[in-house]
Amino acid sequence: MPVDDPVHATVGAGTPAVIAPGYTFGTVTDKISSIVLTRRTPRGWYVGFAIAFLLTMVLLVSITYLLVKGIGIWGNNQPIGWAFEITNFVCWIGIGHAGTLISAVLLLLKQTWRTSINRFAEAMTLFAVACAGLFPALHTGRPWLDYWLLPYPNTMGLWPQFRSPIMWDVFAVTTYATVSLLFWFVGLLPDLATLRDRSQSRVGRFIYGLLAMGWRGSARHWHQYDTAYLLLAGLATPLVVSVHTVVSFDFAVAIVPGWHTTIFPPYFVAGAIYSGFAMVLTLAIPIRAVYGLEDFITTRHLENMAKVMLVTGLIVAYGYTVEAFIAWYSGNAYEGFMIWNRITGPYRSLYWALLFCNVLAPQVLWFRRVRQYAPGLFVVSLIVNVGMWLERFVIVVTSLHRDFLPSSWGMFRPTVWDFGLYLGTIGLFVALLLLFLRVLPMISIFEMRTILPSAKVDEDVREDLRVI
Amino acid sequence: MKASQTYGLIAEFDDPTALVSATHRAYQAGYRRMDAYSPFPIEELTAALGAHHSKLPLIVLIGGVCGCIGGYLLQYWVATIAYPLNIGGKGLHSWPAFIPITFECTILVAALAAVFGMLALNGLPMPYHPVFNVSRFALASRNRFFLCIEATDPQFDPGETRRFLHTLQPREVTTVAD
Repeated sequence: MPVDDPVHATVGAGTPAVIAPGYTFGTVTDKISSIVLTRRTPRGWYVGFAIAFLLTMVLLVSITYLLVKGIGIWGNNQPIGWAFEITNFVCWIGIGHAGTLISAVLLLLKQTWRTSINRFAEAMTLFAVACAGLFPALHTGRPWLDYWLLPYPNTMGLWPQFRSPIMWDVFAVTTYATVSLLFWFVGLLPDLATLRDRSQSRVGRFIYGLLAMGWRGSARHWHQYDTAYLLLAGLATPLVVSVHTVVSFDFAVAIVPGWHTTIFPPYFVAGAIYSGFAMVLTLAIPIRAVYGLEDFITTRHLENMAKVMLVTGLIVAYGYTVEAFIAWYSGNAYEGFMIWNRITGPYRSLYWALLFCNVLAPQVLWFRRVRQYAPGLFVVSLIVNVGMWLERFVIVVTSLHRDFLPSSWGMFRPTVWDFGLYLGTIGLFVALLLLFLRVLPMISIFEMRTILPSAKVDEDVREDLRVI
Repeated sequence: MKASQTYGLIAEFDDPTALVSATHRAYQAGYRRMDAYSPFPIEELTAALGAHHSKLPLIVLIGGVCGCIGGYLLQYWVATIAYPLNIGGKGLHSWPAFIPITFECTILVAALAAVFGMLALNGLPMPYHPVFNVSRFALASRNRFFLCIEATDPQFDPGETRRFLHTLQPREVTTVAD
C-alpha cells in the first residue's frame, strides 16, 4: 500500500488509528475550523453553557458574601483550619496536570496520539489552575492584600518568608499558570493564522489576525517555532512534576500525623495525573459525541488514556498501602491512630468510598472491552473524579481533626457556602471550557496535518538533501 | 514593473515533497534570499533553504541561568540581609529551603525566554508582510505550499526567475507586490 495514498493509509503504529482514513490537509483544516467559524453551535452547547453560567453566578454570590462576612461563613474551625478550600485547591491543580503531561511529556516521547487531545487538555489545565488559584487566594481572609505574598519592595519594609512551603506554592503555581498559558498560546499561534485566513467576518479576521501576530508559516519561522515548542515541553516536564511535589510539601513539611510522610511527593504527582486523565476523559467523551469528532478522537485515544489511568491508579493504590504500612511499621502511636481513625473514625464512609472509587472501580480497565467502550469509560472517569476529590478531603480533614491531643479534637461540617464556592468553580471551569470550544480550535489543526500520511516528504527528495 | 515595487515571485505547490524539492533546486540554482511557506513544520525545508542552526537554545539557557541565579540571590538577600527571621533556630542562609523557588524561577525565566526569544527571532508580531498581498496565500495556512524568491536576491531577474520557477512545475507563479 503506498503511503502517499490518503484514502487507504492509516497513521502510526497500532490499531485503531489515531485519525480515521481519508483525510487531507484541506479537510482536516475545514473540519476543525468549521466548528468555530461556520457550523451552527450545537444545542448541547447552549444547555451546558446555561447551567455553567448559573453555577458561575453561584460562585460570584459565594465570593461576594465571603468578602462581606469573612471566612467564618465556612465550616472551618479549630482544629480544622484547612478544609474544603485546600481540598479543592489540590483537586483543581491536580486535574490540570494531565494537560501538561499530554502536551509536554507525550510530545517528548513522540506519541502521535497526543495530537488530537493536547489542545483542549491544555485549555483544561489553564481553567483548572484558574479555579485552583481562587481557593488559597480567598482563604487568606483578606484577598485584596494577596499581593503581599509577592516579594516586592514596600513601605512596610516586609519581605516574604521563603522557608515556608506556602511561599514555594505561590511560586510553583504562578509559574505553572504562566508556563501553561505560554505553551498553549505558542501551540495556538499557527491555528490562529488559519482562522484569520478562513474567517468570513471582519471582526473575526481582525481578532484572530491580532492574536496570530502576522504568522505566515515561513519555513524559517517554523524552524524556530519547533525549537521553542520542544524546549517549552522540556521545561514543562520537570515543572509539572515540581508543582504537585510542592503542593504535597504544604502537607509533608508539617508535623501533623497523616501529612508528615516522604511518600507524598510521588504519590501526589501520580494522583494528579490520575485525576487529570479522568477529567480529560470526562470532557473528551461528550465533546467528541456532540461535535462528531470520532474520526479525530478515536477509540485509540480513549484506550490509551484509560491505560494511563490504570497505571497511575495503581501507583495511587500503592501510595495508600504504603501510608497504612508505614503507620503500622513505624510503631508511631499517632501515625497508627491516624490510619485507624481514617478506617473506623467518623469520616470512615468517605475513606471507604475513596478506596472503592480509586482502587477498586478502575480495575475494570484491565479489560479491553471496557477501555474501548466510551460510555463505560465515561462512568469510570466520573467515579475516579469523585474518588480523587474524596482522597484530598480525607488527607486534609481527617489528618487535622484528630491530632496529638484529644482535647483539641474537632469535627468539620461543610456549610452551604463551602459547597457554593466549590460548585461555583465547577461552573466557571465548564463555562470557560465551553467558551474555548466556541471561539478557538479545540484540536491542534497544524499538528493534525503533520500526522497525515501525505505530510511525509518522499524518500528520494530526502536523500538529495542529505548530500549537501 | 519596476523591481523596487516587487517583493518577489511566489510559486504555489500541492504537497510537501514538491515544495522541498523546488526549494532545494532553487538553492542549487544559487538563490539565497528566499523563503518557503507551509501549513505545518517540514523538517527537510530548513535544510533545503540552507538555514542555520537556531540560536534559541542558547537564549533559553541564558534565561534559565539568569532565573536560577536571580531566584536564589533574591531569597538569600531577603533571608539574610533585608529581613532576617529566626525560624526555629535555623541558620539564616538555609539553602535547602531555597531550592524549590530557585527551581521555579529557572523554569519561569527560561520559558519566557523561549517564547519571547522565538517571537523576536521570527520578527513577530509583524502585522504587514508583502506575501499577504497575494490572495491565494491565504491557503498557506490550509493546504498549499509556497516558495517565494525575493527581489533583493542578487540573482533575481523578473523574467529569468519566473522562467526558473516555472521549470519547478508549480500550480502557478505570481508576482508579490511590495
